[in-house]
Amino acid sequence: MSFHLAQLNIGRTVGPKDDPRMAGFYGDLDRINALADGWPGFVWRLVDEDGADATSLRPFGDDLIVNLSVWHDLESLRDFTFRSGHLDVLRRRREWFVPLGEAHTVMWWVPAGHLPTSGEAGERLDLLRRNGSSPEAFTFRDPFPAVPAPVGPVPSEHAHQR
Amino acid sequence: MDAAAIAALAEPQRRAVYEHVAAAGVPVSRNAVADGLGIGRTLAAHHLDRLAEAGLLEVSFARVNGRSGPGSGRPSKLYRRTATEHELSLPPRDYRILATVFADAVEEAGVEPVLFEAARRQGARLRRDGDTPAEDLLRRMGYEPYEDGPVWRLRNCPFDGVARTHAALVCGANLALLEGALGARVAIDPRPDGCCVTVRRGDAGTKDNVDRF
Repeated sequence: MSFHLAQLNIGRTVGPKDDPRMAGFYGDLDRINALADGWPGFVWRLVDEDGADATSLRPFGDDLIVNLSVWHDLESLRDFTFRSGHLDVLRRRREWFVPLGEAHTVMWWVPAGHLPTSGEAGERLDLLRRNGSSPEAFTFRDPFPAVPAPVGPVPSEHAHQR
Repeated sequence: MDAAAIAALAEPQRRAVYEHVAAAGVPVSRNAVADGLGIGRTLAAHHLDRLAEAGLLEVSFARVNGRSGPGSGRPSKLYRRTATEHELSLPPRDYRILATVFADAVEEAGVEPVLFEAARRQGARLRRDGDTPAEDLLRRMGYEPYEDGPVWRLRNCPFDGVARTHAALVCGANLALLEGALGARVAIDPRPDGCCVTVRRGDAGTKDNVDRF
């Protein structure tokens, strides 16, 4: 079975959408979303009824905006996140988002073709917050491969052990 | 291990070979190194292979003329700098662990703007030491600048080890550091490799160029 990488980001903004302090973020959002949509390895991202972005969705609370996307692999998401025009948005995030004091982003592997729901994504974030990084819920800092390496000696090696 | 790798650079000519390969930015052949440095091909090959054995260069094979199939000749051995970091500090020092701890704390506290301001001040201090042209300053700081049309691009990220885990923080601090040192000619423009910052070059035509401070 082949796997894709899902990622959830949530953020508490410094003000509502029409707040002047948020103008820089919302003014750039279409450009950054278009950049993501065209990036090699991009598969899917959650959008609301307008179809442009997910900023009207509030599955995690009225003050938390959400970004949920699927990528072919970790490297393509890493390249987009840190090696594209997106990096500058990331650099400036504190102008628009307040610190949450706990994990605000999580990644996990999904079977290729599966599009995660925000409910699933929330469970993964809870998992990360409870247990730290694991193959079921991790971050760029401590990534896990889609297919875990076999644990313990494989049978043929086992036969030669004392 | 690292001492042995670094010792391979003690011989001045071998060090010149290493620096030539590092500055090329793409895999280079023995012949290209020999021609570039004006040394014999056998000697160039000897130094290149010693550097590869020491783990400072990595080897690949490709046909440099782009031909393939029967009759296209043997593939050339090409050399490039490894991404592996080698460091030797006596007595032992490890600033990366400390930098990682600082970065975690800044992120948790959400005080990135304070970090960027501190980086900007540090950059201004670096500039203050006189009349250094921008290129020399960048070189001295380990960025390995190279010309790309109207800008310097920076082949090396001196903070790569921490940037890999804390890109938003480190790239932001790096941008602010260079803004502090070089002013408004600095811009962020990430590429697949190297530093995410570019520096607009001075007026190339003038002798007493505006790179000077």
